[in-house]
Amino acid sequence: MTGAGAVPVDITANGEPLTLLAGPGATLLDLLRDGAQMTGSKQGCNSGVCGACTVLVDGKTARACLMLAADCAGRSVVTVEGLDDDPHAAALREEMAAAGAVQCGYCTPGIAVALTGLFRDAAAAPDAETIRHWLGGNICRCTGYVAIVEAAVRAGQRSVGADAGAQTP
Amino acid sequence: MTGLPDAIGKRLPRRDAADKLAGAARYTDDLTRPGMLHAAIVGSPYPSARILAIDTAAARALPGVKTVLTSADLPDRRWGLFVYDETPLAAGVVRYVGEPVAAVAATDLATARAAAALIEVDYEELAPVLSIEEALKDGAIPVHPEFDGYEKRPDLGFERVNEIARQEFSEGDVEAAWGDCDVIVEGVYEVPSQSHVYLEPVSAIAEFDRAGKLTVWSANQSVYKVQATLARALDLPMARIRVATPAIGGAFGGKSGVTVQPLVAHLARAAGRPVRLTLTREEDFMAMRRRHPATVRVRTGAKADGTLIARDLEIVYDGGAYAEDSPAVLGFGLLMARGPYTIPHCRLRGRAVYTNRLRAAGFRGYGNPQVTFATESQIDELAGRLGIDPVELRLKNAVETGGRWIGGQTITSCGLKQCLTQARDAAGWTGKQRKSGAGAEANGKRRGIGVSAFAHICGLLGTSATVRLLEDGTVTLATGAVDLGQGAEAVLAQICAGALELDIGRINSAPVDSDAAPYNWSTGGSRVTYMAGRAVVQAAEAVRAQIARHAAELFECAPADIEIRPGGRAGIVGVPEKEIGFGEISLRAHYQSGGPIIGSGALVYDGQAFDTKEAIIRNYPFANIGTYVFGAHVVEVEVDTVTGKVEIVRAWMAHDVGRAINPTEVEGQIQGGFVQGAGYALLEELLWEDGQPINPSMMDYKVFGALDLPLDIHPIIVEDPEPSGPFGAKGIGEPPLVGAAPAIANAVADATGLRLRTLPMTPERVLDALDAAAIGGPEPPAPDRDPEPTPGA
Repeated sequence: MTGAGAVPVDITANGEPLTLLAGPGATLLDLLRDGAQMTGSKQGCNSGVCGACTVLVDGKTARACLMLAADCAGRSVVTVEGLDDDPHAAALREEMAAAGAVQCGYCTPGIAVALTGLFRDAAAAPDAETIRHWLGGNICRCTGYVAIVEAAVRAGQRSVGADAGAQTP
Repeated sequence: MTGLPDAIGKRLPRRDAADKLAGAARYTDDLTRPGMLHAAIVGSPYPSARILAIDTAAARALPGVKTVLTSADLPDRRWGLFVYDETPLAAGVVRYVGEPVAAVAATDLATARAAAALIEVDYEELAPVLSIEEALKDGAIPVHPEFDGYEKRPDLGFERVNEIARQEFSEGDVEAAWGDCDVIVEGVYEVPSQSHVYLEPVSAIAEFDRAGKLTVWSANQSVYKVQATLARALDLPMARIRVATPAIGGAFGGKSGVTVQPLVAHLARAAGRPVRLTLTREEDFMAMRRRHPATVRVRTGAKADGTLIARDLEIVYDGGAYAEDSPAVLGFGLLMARGPYTIPHCRLRGRAVYTNRLRAAGFRGYGNPQVTFATESQIDELAGRLGIDPVELRLKNAVETGGRWIGGQTITSCGLKQCLTQARDAAGWTGKQRKSGAGAEANGKRRGIGVSAFAHICGLLGTSATVRLLEDGTVTLATGAVDLGQGAEAVLAQICAGALELDIGRINSAPVDSDAAPYNWSTGGSRVTYMAGRAVVQAAEAVRAQIARHAAELFECAPADIEIRPGGRAGIVGVPEKEIGFGEISLRAHYQSGGPIIGSGALVYDGQAFDTKEAIIRNYPFANIGTYVFGAHVVEVEVDTVTGKVEIVRAWMAHDVGRAINPTEVEGQIQGGFVQGAGYALLEELLWEDGQPINPSMMDYKVFGALDLPLDIHPIIVEDPEPSGPFGAKGIGEPPLVGAAPAIANAVADATGLRLRTLPMTPERVLDALDAAAIGGPEPPAPDRDPEPTPGA
């Protein structure tokens, strides 16, 4: 979505420094999907409601569709594609797959990023209530959330803080 | 085969989950083609207007713009599912706000959108038809003045202006039967327009090769429906059209017809380059599809002992500006309107009408949620009047295996009573039930519990499958069943593994592509596990027979002496050491004798037909439909009498699926469907003011989030095997939504003593009902129970 008047923006995406062209009004989501060809972050509503574009910006969860690309200059962004080596994400992927927490999958990258962000900063494995609150801004139209929350609880127990490893077979 | 094969009934993880979790699954908007252009559309600002002129000069002059289309550039070819009333772009008039009027393709999306904003359309506003009443009144304005000239397939009898369909499904003698009833209840129920809100907005890419063959990648539920409609819309033979399926980000019926594919194909043809159009969420809300809002008038009568005697039901669905699937939605709603009960005298009639609002279409439940909200609310009202426990009243009248559906079909499998008793017992029903609005109030909050029982079908139309044995004895399964995210691919692979007694790891699922996959009508109607599953079993059995022939030749025995053993081996019955692997047999078939082993299965729904001597069936849209599935929900709610908010506390959803091929996926359908149904009950409604949509965004049209619902929503799987089903399996996609709203409404009535007959039961509606009851207002909702006290009564 570049168009006329595009300007270069320097960001770090999944650890890699990139210079990407951003058109006027382009969002971080446009930059990632169109500029960096990182299509894992999804556009569901483009208004910050659905959470399908959730990424980590300087370690904090953010809605990529709400951030202007130009404002992301110099920032470090982690998308779902950047989680392959993350132990929290690995546990989460296993648990979500086993629990039937993935149906159409369109919300899944945003949820995986949001929960990985939670686990990275958590001192102890988050309980179901914490996870439900954390996912308050991630809409899933398929599962009814139960399988996602239950999988996330188990993944947290496996991968977070002092509890990590306790539940791992 | 003795007992069930290993792959059946197992909680095997789905293969597509890994890519989806890693962000590597590719949806249509994630795909690009070399030289691809990006498209944008211009939508109508009026619900009804004549297009006087469209000025595209400024848009065309914008650098980067390659093509601008209006209806003047397109051939006059209409399409539809029953009534051929649709065009890619509004032709002559616009019929709803958001209807595409012009489209642009440009080198990038920003340019396409900038160009679309430069297109100027002169309209002459016309008086719109904005309600069912306006559509059907004497002297109504026709939404389609040219309706009589449209092609219709089949012609379903249109008697009045704005009628898309008028149907009847009746038995017995209703008028005479009222005299046999001790109690008669009557009510009018209103259900809203629900938006599908699949998380992936509609998207399509179209590309022509230099020989003129069209390829379309799109969010769809049936490559074959899209292929057939594109052929008509573009005047191409189907053999010159390929329709492929990337990952689908949810559909729920909203992608079951043809959406933007013809428009994108026209843009690609005009531009001579590939074109992608992805709708914004707002465009998707305004220009795609929605559930039919409806008005349902129902009268039901029973004996004092609870025996149901008669029902008279009349429903009118608002079909919006184009007919789409309205005739079938109406027809299916009527088939469900007797409910899963024996009621000897039924008159079930309905209409679908045109209005100047967004077209309505199939949406998870397909006319059934509208009807079942009304009828299952009314069963509870009747239980209250009779003084009979609502579960007992349902059990007393529930259909059973060997019983009769309205229209005369024999019910071939039925776990309805198990669903009712298992949900009741899991909920601890007797300990909690029957507050009758009279007690249990704490901090202004009242709890109540409600039940619903309901049915659906899973058998209709045609499907096919092929199973091919590869040279190493592994297998490629091809069906035409698009996986919308519900796990169709995984379940069909499990059925294939089961039918060949192979490990699931030896089954490869081919992508659904009209150039390669065998025909499947659609992923819809809760039919894929049952219908496509049957085709897979047929194909696998053909492969088994060929394997047995090879083994018999090798072992020089009769094919009847060959058995297929688990793990991909064929051997001589009673001689364990005499066996050969599928891989060796396949090599022999490929290189020495017989040719590669391919099995195919094909069927069109073959259940018992309706008995037109016993039933009055007018203008019915289905040639054949059936194989009934059943469910029962029990829901506990808490109603805040200060704020009016209804919270779901716990829910138990029991579903008879015949056989759960993959219990985890079945539970996912039950929980997800229930939550969509809870949204329908409590939250979701597309709203219009003077024909203008007022909440076409996810900011303003809310769906439930993780915080809005408890984790205490418990699926219960009931397995009463269906003799015709693959390993006894039936369908599950839609029923979990159907039962939610009436169970919740019945729980609200239990909590408050008030009967809300309009969905969604928003806080405002609940408070209005409470206020009306408290002040004895003009029209307080009627209490369910005459003899018992209700608040403010």
